[in-house]
Amino acid sequence: MMFSAEWWQQPLGSWMAWNRVTIAFFIYVFGSILAMGVWEYFSPGGSPRRGIFRLETTRGDRLFMTHLGTAFIFLAWLALFGTPLWGALAAAMIWAVVVFRWV
Amino acid sequence: MNKTFNNKAWWLVLPVFLMVAFNALVPLMTVVNYSIQETFGNNEFFWSGTTWFEQILHDGEFHASLKRQLVFTGLILLIEVPLGLAIALCMPRQGPWVSVCLVLVALPLLVPWNVVGSMWNIMALPDIGLLGKGINALGIPFNYTRQPISAWFTVVLMDVWHWTSLVLLLCYAGLVAIPDAYYQAAKVDGARPWAVFRYIQLPKLKHVLTIAILLRFMDSFMIYTEVIVLTGGGPGSTTKFLSIDLVQKALGGFDLGPAAAFSIVYFLIILFLSWLFYTLMMREEAK
Repeated sequence: MMFSAEWWQQPLGSWMAWNRVTIAFFIYVFGSILAMGVWEYFSPGGSPRRGIFRLETTRGDRLFMTHLGTAFIFLAWLALFGTPLWGALAAAMIWAVVVFRWV
Repeated sequence: MNKTFNNKAWWLVLPVFLMVAFNALVPLMTVVNYSIQETFGNNEFFWSGTTWFEQILHDGEFHASLKRQLVFTGLILLIEVPLGLAIALCMPRQGPWVSVCLVLVALPLLVPWNVVGSMWNIMALPDIGLLGKGINALGIPFNYTRQPISAWFTVVLMDVWHWTSLVLLLCYAGLVAIPDAYYQAAKVDGARPWAVFRYIQLPKLKHVLTIAILLRFMDSFMIYTEVIVLTGGGPGSTTKFLSIDLVQKALGGFDLGPAAAFSIVYFLIILFLSWLFYTLMMREEAK
């Protein structure tokens, strides 16, 4: 059935061992980079600023910090509490808001 | 400043982009795909979710090799960076000896990694090797195949021998690039050698040192060939670093799923530490 857990997890052939979960993951990663490109096109300059870490960051730096931080939040959650990962997702979203707002 | 809006040249980057896509991006994406699946060969895959990540995060062997890796990388950075800088400062900057010195210091960089491992393996043997026999002759018990301290000493010494030249050459290039006017001004002011180093040479070498530290950090964090030839990760697993552990899991056990999860965690650690080094050093620069 479409959008059931099995549908997402089903292997899609042997080349690169894709399944819909990883496809969705990479669509998100490349989509966010593309969105940055579009944002940069309409508002060039990257809006550099100095935030709470006293680092000069542009929008691209903030996206990088969001993604890297998200990876570590998920790993830490997995190590400490295991699955399910909803808590990690919530923490990662808060982290993303914090980075884009104040870093 | 007027910005040019002709972006047609971007098409010229396309071949490089495609090449990078195929030799870096596709394998990396495949590793991500493997990390959440199980395979028993035959190109058949089964969903396993976050199992491999949980397994790696709670794996005592992984924690131990990560600790060893951090200690090793810290040690060689603490030795190689000051040593490379010190030798670069002592090297002549003009005259016939420049080429002789440069060729001599560049030699270790030309030796293939597995040969470096074999060389040190033979040299450090306690019964026939020059280094091993020499240390034992001094009355210090040394056997890198049995004692962890001897093994660590040999591995660190080997890395210092192999890679200090890289730091040295980068620092030397940085030193040669400092204009004479700075030294003349320092002479007029009567600056002592320490002041010249502290206020002229060191600030001017900042970028070069950043590159040197980053390169040595990333390279030493991925060290494999030299150590596997020299000690094979032993004695026991006292010199088993992250990449050796990874290869044992991936090739030895053919556990592709756990090895893929291991690779991703490994990659993220390197990415984070490199970013941290770079950002901290650039922040100092901005001040």
